[in-house]
Amino acid sequence: MSVAPIRDELPAGETRAEAAPAARGGPWRETVLTGWGRTSRATSLAARPERQSALRSALQQAEGSTVLAYGAGRSYGDAALNDGGHALLTERLDRLVSFDSETGELVAEPGVTFKTVMEVLLPRGWMVPVTPGTAFATLGGAVANDVHGKNQESAGNFGDHLNWIELLTADGSIVRASPAENAELFRATVGGIGLTGVVTSLSLNLARVPGNAAAVTLKRLPDLDSVIEGLTTPHPGTPYSVAWIDALSGGRNLGRGILELAAPSDTPLPEKAARAKALPLDLPGFVLSGPTVRAFNELYWRRIPAGGAQRTVPWRDFLYPLDAIHQWNRMYGKAGFHQFQCVVPMPGAPAAIRMLLEALGRAGRASFLAVLKAMGRPGLGHLSFAQPGLTLAVDIPNRPGVEALLAELERLTLDAGGRVYLAKDSALSPQGFRAMYPRLPEFREALATWDPQGRFDSDMARRLRIREDLGREEQL
Amino acid sequence: MTGPREVWVVLGATSAVAKAFAREMAPGADLLLCGRDADDLERQAADIRVRHGGRASFLSFDALDYGRHEDLVRQTLGFAAGARINLFLAFGDMPEQAAMDRDFDLARRAIETNYVGAVSVLSRFAPALEAQRAGSVVVVGSVAGDRGRLKNYVYGSAKAGLHAYVQGYRARMHRAGVHVMTVKPGFMDTAMTWHLGKLPMAMQPAAFASGVAKAVRARRDVVYAPWPWLGIMTIIRAVPERVFKRTNI
Repeated sequence: MSVAPIRDELPAGETRAEAAPAARGGPWRETVLTGWGRTSRATSLAARPERQSALRSALQQAEGSTVLAYGAGRSYGDAALNDGGHALLTERLDRLVSFDSETGELVAEPGVTFKTVMEVLLPRGWMVPVTPGTAFATLGGAVANDVHGKNQESAGNFGDHLNWIELLTADGSIVRASPAENAELFRATVGGIGLTGVVTSLSLNLARVPGNAAAVTLKRLPDLDSVIEGLTTPHPGTPYSVAWIDALSGGRNLGRGILELAAPSDTPLPEKAARAKALPLDLPGFVLSGPTVRAFNELYWRRIPAGGAQRTVPWRDFLYPLDAIHQWNRMYGKAGFHQFQCVVPMPGAPAAIRMLLEALGRAGRASFLAVLKAMGRPGLGHLSFAQPGLTLAVDIPNRPGVEALLAELERLTLDAGGRVYLAKDSALSPQGFRAMYPRLPEFREALATWDPQGRFDSDMARRLRIREDLGREEQL
Repeated sequence: MTGPREVWVVLGATSAVAKAFAREMAPGADLLLCGRDADDLERQAADIRVRHGGRASFLSFDALDYGRHEDLVRQTLGFAAGARINLFLAFGDMPEQAAMDRDFDLARRAIETNYVGAVSVLSRFAPALEAQRAGSVVVVGSVAGDRGRLKNYVYGSAKAGLHAYVQGYRARMHRAGVHVMTVKPGFMDTAMTWHLGKLPMAMQPAAFASGVAKAVRARRDVVYAPWPWLGIMTIIRAVPERVFKRTNI
């Protein structure tokens, strides 16, 4: 692709302030994209198609270079990045193509966000069956990461609720895949971090809900054992469960936290427009130093009375607490942060979680709240993250020495038979990845069929060497 | 709302600003989307139905196919079934100036799409609009039509012609109680400008659409979007020709 300065043909006479070079005549703009943690960044030639035909022609025009779809940029690490290659931004492909109010089947384009689906269909008594912790994520991204939510034990993962997906594949054709049709492509695409193609539409079954609110029960728990007990005790009446734990307290307080159990509420709440505040600037590093975070965590824990609390809140307040602050990722300053999320299987999970928290404590990493929850069902994709057990997610500010800590967390996860979530990752080793994702050979077989030339590629795929065989001496 | 909902006919409905405008009006009106990419229009109409539950349909429309514009009026009146119609003209064509300098056919296509096509559509809808004695017509012009510039004068001249035509059309429609508004967009953050890189004050289509909707309610005659372009173009228009001809803008 020749990159030449473009000719001015603007409607009026202003000079461009910071026009980037773009491929002449093509739909490209040189763009710096980052992961949500802002530690990974990539410079790509990006197209932002506004219709399906423009998406197809962009893929065609990217001939000879690698390509990757980029949605809302909510993957934390390098999963959605393709440095030096082409990026296909899906944000303007945001149509709701059909909705069946009898069955709850929604057909949508990949750039539709969870926020849109909830705003349009929750008032009609339908909601997404599975949602990640931010409503700003796109449905296309949810396929690529086979995301899960706070109801993972009962509802499984995003991919479990798909009837079919349509995919723009490497040869330019649109292929429909489902559990019954092109099943191998389906299993490779769900959780396949964008490496099989670009989702052009998908069919998703929504869930019926009686109202717009969740009935939430909050419990303040003194230590890790009680939190884990709370999460793993069957709670059939409250399909949603999550625990916020104080990752900074040590000793007897280690893992103290707040358990939230929730169910759809029959009591509707008056509709209020969400008013989000934005974090207007990068916070300086000292704001998130040890003592401040310790104090915050103490307050956060004590906000729930010892006897617990019951609340009825709008779904978005329960499902997407951080969405209330736009660009909360700036909280960690310019240097950004890593998010580490792993899942470890029972019965060793409690001990493994304790070791992970202790390792974080030893490293003295001032982390905000950590999130712990139980998982019940494996994902259907070859590279799906979920497996039964406990999953821990924690933010780690990007400071010197963070690589060693992440490597230690990787090793502890591996020793416990667990795996790291690719949607959050920017540090996993190719060897660790292979041990954690045993279905990689099946995934690669699908790639060999659908994208033999490796047109779809990403910084993550190159880092994990997904398309390569590791040499004998490189193996674990 | 009492009585039949009003109808907005969007011509050139696959552009980002037209899509945004259709979504903006959909809660209170039925939509008829007209353009060339039927697959895209079908999706857009479906999106409006899912989001807002109103009627939304699409028609194949080519600004250059003048012979079929009478048909378009007939089909529109059929769709409206007695409801009041409003027009939003968003079709256009902006090839590179240098390419049009080399190739008259390109220049002619741009002039015909931006000017002749609009005249054809507006003149054929005029009797129906005059008969209903109400409604609004929004014509998307361009700040490029405010002054001929070295970098974009074929496109600019077609839009200038359109502006003048719409001024007269506005006077004619005023007598029938029909509101006619010229919108002059500056930089829009759309596929048309994407490859140019980040532009100063580039406006999001949704913000454009809500601004236009507000101006329609206020029955404005001419609006710039975003509004600072009024000042910019006032200055650009004030530069004496003997100076202006030396500039590169």
